[in-house]
Amino acid sequence: MSVHNTHAEHIDSETGKLGMWIFLFTELFLFGGLFLVYAVFRAKYSAEFHIAAGELNAFIGTMNTVFLLVSSMTVAMSLTAIQKGDRKLALFLVLVTILLAALFMVNKYFEWSHKFEYGIYPGSEVLKNMSHGELLFFGLYYMMTGLHALHVLVGMVLLSINVVKIKSGSVNSNHYLMLENSALYWHLVDLIWIFLFPLLYLIT
Amino acid sequence: MKHEDKHISSYASLAIVLAVLLFLTAFSVWITGFHFGAFTVAVALIIACVKVATVLINFMHLKFENLFLKLLVTGVFVMFALVVVLTFVDYYFR
Repeated sequence: MSVHNTHAEHIDSETGKLGMWIFLFTELFLFGGLFLVYAVFRAKYSAEFHIAAGELNAFIGTMNTVFLLVSSMTVAMSLTAIQKGDRKLALFLVLVTILLAALFMVNKYFEWSHKFEYGIYPGSEVLKNMSHGELLFFGLYYMMTGLHALHVLVGMVLLSINVVKIKSGSVNSNHYLMLENSALYWHLVDLIWIFLFPLLYLIT
Repeated sequence: MKHEDKHISSYASLAIVLAVLLFLTAFSVWITGFHFGAFTVAVALIIACVKVATVLINFMHLKFENLFLKLLVTGVFVMFALVVVLTFVDYYFR
């Protein structure tokens, strides 16, 4: 009996992708739960949420939306490039995606530190003296954007692994499931932000 | 596994999708500038849903996937919408 490397050759990309989608569903419900909490408290404390949301900088929010949307396109394009066998272009596009993710995080850093300067951070005296509704708004703001930022960081790590794999050639025009699933994850990060942006920054 | 049967998105089509998404973002920023209360909230959320659908269908290649996955994704979003509706029914009429 010859047991050659048939095992290593077999990569079931359809199943691999389905697994990724099912994981993404759990992520959707994780954030979905937070959206639900936000929606109910917003209905309960609409006036206070209105005042608190006015504190957020819609310009920074819009800028970050643009960064994530463009990065979603670049990662989708990198998949096209690898499928067409253009490794160099794929590598470049993944690097651009990581750069845009980093810009998003830099923006987030300035946004949060600006709030910290005004004493608006979880557990601060300023926050304790605010009304119950405002306290809830900022609690949810830090929880949702924080959890989202954590996903951005994980996405950056995943994309960096892809950079190494594209360079080494283990992600190539025949085997690109890793890049495909990482791209799906990155699009999810974008999807969640698409909901977070109007909920937190626009509807004041 | 070879991917000969796979559909490859063209660079141009992806760029067009981005242009649509950026336009929708600009539109939602503009429209929420007017304070029409509940109407503004509804419009902003409808635009967000359109954007999410655009990303799912185009960037996440859902339009090239099999019917099973399409139904699965639709089902998950319908399920979440039901959870939202039921929660608010409970909140307002308890």
